[in-house]
Amino acid sequence: MSAALNAALRDALSEDPRVLVYGQDVGALGGVFRVSDGLQDEFGEARVFDTPIAEAGMVGAAVGLALAGWRPVVEIQFDGFSYPALDQVISHVAKYRERTRGRVEMPITIRIPSFGGIRGKEHHGESPETYYVHTAGLKVIAPSAPLDAYRLLRLAIADPDPVIVLEPKARYWTKEDGELSAEGPQIGEGRILRDGDACTLMAYGAMVTRCLQAADVLASEGVDARVVDLRSLSPLDLDLIGRCVRETGRIVVVHEAPRTLGLGAEIAARAMEEAFDHLEAPVARVTGWDTPYPPASLEAHYLPSVERIADAVRGTVSY
Amino acid sequence: LSTADPRGGSEPFRLIAPDGTSVGDTGVGLTPDELRELLRWMVLARRLDRECMALQRQGELTVYPPFEGQEASQVGSAFALDPDDFVFPSFRELAAALVRGVDPVQYLHYHRGTWHGGPYDPRATRFAPICVPTATQISHAVGYAMGLRLDGIDACAIAYFGDGSASEGDFHEAANMAAVFRSPAVLFCQNNGWAISVPTRSQTSGEIWRRAEGYGFPGVRVDGNDVLAVYHVTKDAVARARAGDGPTLIEAMTYRVGPHTTADDATRYREDAEVERWRALDPIDRYRTWLLANGQADAAFVSDCEADADARVAEIRAALVATESPPVEWMFDWTYAEPPAPLLRQRTEALGGA
Repeated sequence: MSAALNAALRDALSEDPRVLVYGQDVGALGGVFRVSDGLQDEFGEARVFDTPIAEAGMVGAAVGLALAGWRPVVEIQFDGFSYPALDQVISHVAKYRERTRGRVEMPITIRIPSFGGIRGKEHHGESPETYYVHTAGLKVIAPSAPLDAYRLLRLAIADPDPVIVLEPKARYWTKEDGELSAEGPQIGEGRILRDGDACTLMAYGAMVTRCLQAADVLASEGVDARVVDLRSLSPLDLDLIGRCVRETGRIVVVHEAPRTLGLGAEIAARAMEEAFDHLEAPVARVTGWDTPYPPASLEAHYLPSVERIADAVRGTVSY
Repeated sequence: LSTADPRGGSEPFRLIAPDGTSVGDTGVGLTPDELRELLRWMVLARRLDRECMALQRQGELTVYPPFEGQEASQVGSAFALDPDDFVFPSFRELAAALVRGVDPVQYLHYHRGTWHGGPYDPRATRFAPICVPTATQISHAVGYAMGLRLDGIDACAIAYFGDGSASEGDFHEAANMAAVFRSPAVLFCQNNGWAISVPTRSQTSGEIWRRAEGYGFPGVRVDGNDVLAVYHVTKDAVARARAGDGPTLIEAMTYRVGPHTTADDATRYREDAEVERWRALDPIDRYRTWLLANGQADAAFVSDCEADADARVAEIRAALVATESPPVEWMFDWTYAEPPAPLLRQRTEALGGA
């Protein structure tokens, strides 16, 4: 996935001379996850550059660069370091179009390596999506696999609105065969990765893989679970949520983020609003706990496991 | 009367003393017409500021932040800019906006509560939307300046902020980035003595202009009530920026004669005597005296400025009180380039549809 994201940046830099890539260690090092590997050599220090360690300044500068007609792609090094920039994101990046009645766009992409599962240090396993999804004016995406990661990042950079890209660190080194293409499902559309009629598992980022694994386990028990990769956390694909309720009657939402006010809460509410009469069971949530992200030795007890996911489906199906 | 700043500290750069006499080389490169124009702008700005206070009391504006006393800082600095230079204001820069040609009625939509951003076109006026979260606009200016440099455009960006904002981390991050990227940016601090109720001495133990040295670029302290001095140091900073020599920090020593906003009661935290001391240092009185004493203007010109300001402000007032609340759907129409489906549903709901 890291290479696919790298290709997306390279192609965006090639096709649009106004695209800039910057952040901490994105130059000579090529990013701590190598997502910008080789780009400074190829496109020069004017378009791919390192900044001081100043997340608020980096994102604030993106506002000014956008006003000057540039299309900045900012890398925040880790999820836990994205918070200093929240003021700029919420107060300015997200609101500029509205404040100027559409006269000034903010075509800014903010990439944030996110979520846990890599035995990381404190502040390196956070799930910040709710902060951004709760902010009007932003789009928020989280890819789960390399080819779609390429597509989503290309779409994000081309988007006239600011897009927060939450890249699952646990999936950076996964591989997938196929052609890189920006064609296909758009931001705002989810994807059904595996069909089934007993229940729908909805997830994003690294949890999609676990849902697919849980679906395998469940299939061996005769339970056909559908797996949806939400991809786009804002806007949410309400049509797909409604359709899955109508077609499977049961929804299990899986995410790493703490349960309270996580995406699961929103999806449960939407499932009721879209198709309450078709629900056969309460919407279930398999999530991280309402605790700080734990140290590496406890990580497995925090993240939704294949077994927890499968159990939730069993409980829902037998409700 | 002392020419020194009542707050003490380093003596600021000054060309005209509070009594209107020259204390430096006032040949700053302005034509006689331009010298007079500075007074015209300051008189108009004060007249409009007082009108806005009245409009707020009459219920025609929401909370309003007056700038009385700071006219020279804003007019002198804005007058030093070229048309291509871009201004990033905080929320108290109406005088700078006037000089830059921003439609004051559009600007005052913000304080009338009819639109958050202006809604003037920031690119057409080269004046960014009002920025209320303190100091965040400084990195916008630095980013814009970085963009100018990448494009090789011969222009600069100026950020206005206050002594209180200089305590924010955003000030530091922006100043440091401006230096590292050698950005054509001017960081213009109006030190008006107070951040709501907190005096500058409680914001910082040092002098704000001196911080520039730590970042690696020049800083200058100027008498913010001396319009010619402000013009001169800003012109220098703009020239440095355009020459590729990077940013400059300017600390303009001025004073907020009025309250922080109309929601504030300044008598709770400062003495009337302090305000009176600063009234004696009034920037408009000072400059008018200098113009008259030096034969650059006569009493008729002064009267004309005042009559002109009265007429202009009457027009602004009439247009402003005629502005009405925007239609409800406007809340939804510019949140995204294309409103996403879930938002369109809410729009329909807000408009009373199914």
